[in-house]
Amino acid sequence: MDLAVMGEYLPRFGEAFLLTLRIGWAGIALSLLIGLAAAFIRHFKIPLLSGLMAGYIELFRNTPLLVQLFFIYFGLPKLGFTVSPELCGAVGLGLLGGSYMAESFRSGLDAVPPAQSLSALSLGMTRRQLFVHVVLPQAFAISTPSVVANVIFLLKETSVFSAISLMDLMFTAKDLIGLYYDTTECLVLLVLFYIVMLLPVSLLGRKLEKKFEFGRSGT
Amino acid sequence: MESIITDLGFDVLFKGNNAMRLLEGLLVALRISMIAVLISLPLGGLLGVLMSLKRKGIRFFGRLYLEIIRIMPQMVLLFIVYFGATRAFGLKLSPELSSLIVFSLWGTAEMSDLVRGAVQSIPRAQYESSAALGMNTAKTYCFVIVPQIIRRILPNTINLITRMIKTTSLVMMIGIVEVLKVGQQIIEANRKSSPNAAFGVFATVFLLYFLACYPISLLSRYLEKKANG
Repeated sequence: MDLAVMGEYLPRFGEAFLLTLRIGWAGIALSLLIGLAAAFIRHFKIPLLSGLMAGYIELFRNTPLLVQLFFIYFGLPKLGFTVSPELCGAVGLGLLGGSYMAESFRSGLDAVPPAQSLSALSLGMTRRQLFVHVVLPQAFAISTPSVVANVIFLLKETSVFSAISLMDLMFTAKDLIGLYYDTTECLVLLVLFYIVMLLPVSLLGRKLEKKFEFGRSGT
Repeated sequence: MESIITDLGFDVLFKGNNAMRLLEGLLVALRISMIAVLISLPLGGLLGVLMSLKRKGIRFFGRLYLEIIRIMPQMVLLFIVYFGATRAFGLKLSPELSSLIVFSLWGTAEMSDLVRGAVQSIPRAQYESSAALGMNTAKTYCFVIVPQIIRRILPNTINLITRMIKTTSLVMMIGIVEVLKVGQQIIEANRKSSPNAAFGVFATVFLLYFLACYPISLLSRYLEKKANG
């Protein structure tokens, strides 16, 4: 392993790392928004929309991100929706993640025992107070571990972005290996950057899981 | 009607044996996932049982293996095995063999964690009651413990199959000609005659994957409900 070579490659990997992070976190933010909206729609069984969301969730949970990205990036332009690779990556990740987040949030909402709502109402709380002060905090605590697991899953899924010609970490590694054959150096850098990206979130997830354990003993 | 089909680029599917080729491409990916699952189930089961024993050495290395496999994206693992093995051991692995190694390693890790969790969740009273009834160890495991473990891990194990199918779509990135690659070839070959083929072909691939995974997801959910209820 040649440290000088690795030093030389470092800036290119750094740039790719930032690009991956930027698109990854944009996609995750989008997935949280989509997931929350879909979970509320499903939980309150809003007619029509609820069925639509169920279809969306099943479709995106049962197909690989790579296929979704190919469809959005190469297929949709034929209908007149052309998207840049960056936007495609973020939207694709957001749609995939949204379907997973929706299930996490919904299982949190559904897991709050009915006695909690009944007790709150009998104490004279309004529906709004009930939802904001009783249901949401408990649902949030219950769904946090699986939301964090989804975040880690989505960060790992960013590794397919190179398929739509985004110059992410995988793209950079493959490109440099093809050009100069410094395979070992490139693979080590690749692994190190992914560890930097994933380890903090993974550790944070474990901490949060302990902190929110009360959410699961509620029943 | 016919013009809509052409406008959306679905017409290429009816040319020659294009539809058949797409299906065969899907089968390439499905075959890799099935072989990986068949390898992962027994190995993961064994590792899971070993991990549930209170042996510090085994637990440490098992845990290390699990964490390393879990934190790395499967795409990175594929690159490490496919490019790295050539460099490290001087042997040239085919893309197929590399992907089988990676997905088996990953499947084994996931499976072992499921089995470990299930074994540890069986209450001590189950063993003690069996002993009190005069059952020997073999009978206890055969009739009391293992059936409960299987019941508990079955939904997630079936779910692992769909995860495996979805993950094997990555093999196109190391050059295996599977459904996405075949799709690209079809689009390329019909560039002039069906300019909109990209929509029709990739929509079809999308649907094919859904049709492959959705029934398995439903089965997993049904079994989970049954196990809980």
